[in-house]
Amino acid sequence: MGYGFVAILRRDLLLAFRNRGEIANPVIFFFIVVTLIPLGLTPEASRLAEIAPGILWVMALLASLLSVEGLFHSDYRDGTLEQLVISPQPLYLMVLAKILAHWLITGLPLTLLAPLLGMMLSLPTAGYLPLVLGLLMGTAVLSLLGAIGAGLTVALRKGGLLLSLIVMPLYMPVLIFGASAVQRSVDGFSVQGPLAVMGALLAFSLLIAPFATAGALRVSMHG
Amino acid sequence: MWQWFHRLGSPRWFYQASGKWLPWLAGITFVLLLIGLMWGLGFAPRDAKQGNSFRIIYIHVPASFLALAGYYVMAIAGAVGLIWKMKLADMVMKSAAPLGAALTFVALITGAIWGKPTWGTYWVWDARITSMLVLLFLYMGVMALQHSYTSVDAANRASAVLSLVGMVNIPIIYKSVDWWYTLHQPATIKFTEAPTMHPDMFHPLLVMIAGFYCFYALVLILNTRSEILHRERRSSWVKDIVLQNQR
Amino acid sequence: MPQTPQLILDSIAFERDDCLLFSGICLSLESGDVLQIEGPNGVGKTTLLRILSTALMPTAGKLLWQGSDVARHRQLYLQNLLFLGHLPGLKQSLSPTENLVWWRRIHRDHSPLKNEEILGSLGLCGYEDIPCYALSAGQQRRAVLARLLVTEAPLWILDEPFTAIDKQGVADLEALLIAHARRGGMAVLSTHQDLGIANVRRFPLVASAEAV
Repeated sequence: MGYGFVAILRRDLLLAFRNRGEIANPVIFFFIVVTLIPLGLTPEASRLAEIAPGILWVMALLASLLSVEGLFHSDYRDGTLEQLVISPQPLYLMVLAKILAHWLITGLPLTLLAPLLGMMLSLPTAGYLPLVLGLLMGTAVLSLLGAIGAGLTVALRKGGLLLSLIVMPLYMPVLIFGASAVQRSVDGFSVQGPLAVMGALLAFSLLIAPFATAGALRVSMHG
Repeated sequence: MWQWFHRLGSPRWFYQASGKWLPWLAGITFVLLLIGLMWGLGFAPRDAKQGNSFRIIYIHVPASFLALAGYYVMAIAGAVGLIWKMKLADMVMKSAAPLGAALTFVALITGAIWGKPTWGTYWVWDARITSMLVLLFLYMGVMALQHSYTSVDAANRASAVLSLVGMVNIPIIYKSVDWWYTLHQPATIKFTEAPTMHPDMFHPLLVMIAGFYCFYALVLILNTRSEILHRERRSSWVKDIVLQNQR
Repeated sequence: MPQTPQLILDSIAFERDDCLLFSGICLSLESGDVLQIEGPNGVGKTTLLRILSTALMPTAGKLLWQGSDVARHRQLYLQNLLFLGHLPGLKQSLSPTENLVWWRRIHRDHSPLKNEEILGSLGLCGYEDIPCYALSAGQQRRAVLARLLVTEAPLWILDEPFTAIDKQGVADLEALLIAHARRGGMAVLSTHQDLGIANVRRFPLVASAEAV
């Protein structure tokens, strides 16, 4: 049953490798926006450190949103999605493979880049571990939830803005728990609570999101 | 049981039956809202701290109740439409979205107006207000999705999927917003919770809540009826109604 | 000797937004049948083929595959089906070989045929490793048709398969269809072309005049 999963994962990673330029976009976006913050706000380290957890999380969220729009777009346009919907394999697993590929090429690089940007925003030392752990799980949740919105809007000509309207409310818990884990750690509190909730969010969206996305894709194919 | 279910699913049956209930429902709604407003605005005692400004709760609280309940009505109607492919449920879902969004908007506006004399500002990032704002976004998402599909069936199914996802997520979003709020500022100003309210203030509120529920049902039925007429405009029974009205 | 029909369309109707496209379509296919759906543009040929592929659900009526309802036993039906639509899912930034490899993986094809042989026999010799965006429309079509050589599905559903290919390509595809039918396979295709295949059954699709 897993061969459809592996085939799609391998193909999506190969495609990502072919279109390297597009893959770098969210990471570059993340980088550029974080560079703009000190210019617009203040170069003062103490004040930057205060807002760094929130800024880093908001930017990671926007970067993820930016990239999730294209998750099913090319597959829809060239007919691959139709072939997937009518293939004898469970759509749930194939959707999950696409989401995993998306996370590997956007969420994971964002997570790895975050400590560097945290340093540029003078994030206190205690914040790095919860930042990376939170983003590691959180970006996966963002990819999973974003896939639902991407599936619902893939057949629409101007889906981009609609996608952000649909997905933003769903993203809120991730932002709240992710940013507060970093903040609490900086303030010297335990971060087990928010990180545990983040893990629960991940488990929950792993169960629900691929089903909802598969349903959304079927609707889009019929439309 | 199943026969009843299928009859309820028939738009024509619903249109004719709801025509009989409407005058009664409208009457009850009118009486309840009138009693509630007069009692609440005219006869309930002044609040010791807030004076007369507290009286806005007679609109604010029922509107917020129904804004949330309305989302569940919409999502459950969407689920019924998805699973049993019942046309009527799709129409109820489509009618419930703008109604719920309007109530959410009313709750937000009355909350802001109430906030000015109470907190000295129109907008605070309070847990309840923030949750209401998220709810408004959820409604707007469903409505925008509904309007962007050209095919009616696809629009209905897409917005049903989205409202179901939203329904599953609402408790999570609400809980996390609550947690976020307690984390950032320990609640200094607490709303007068319902059980601690004086009965003289509380009873008119109950009447208003009941009145708002009836009002919601009334408007939902009216919206659904016009949606039925629009969707079934080519069928003979709708043409008959139009001809009768022209005479 | 009368054969048992493999695929039966039982009074299929399709309605989009209260507008009836066609209704009451009854057809049956037996082993070795090649069925050509004919009709002017906009009559619903693609829609009918997409219903056959289960990408669309019919508004009324049902499909029966070897006697069992496709709506209930969808997996079984899909295992026996190969569908090539207008847009067959060819990735532009991958080469014909990579596209074929992906297709074989997802359909779990373990036939001993080599990718180069398959693509070579379709006249793509020397183009196997060039990204598809650099190929002509006809060559891209041929890269898609390579799937017909590796599939074991008995039922082929092809939407306008002759688009963009040259005379030699048409002859090649016709030969494929003949060989497929001789093995006992079935094919349903839509095309405006007269096929050079003996015993093609033709089905003229007629638009429904009545509105709901």
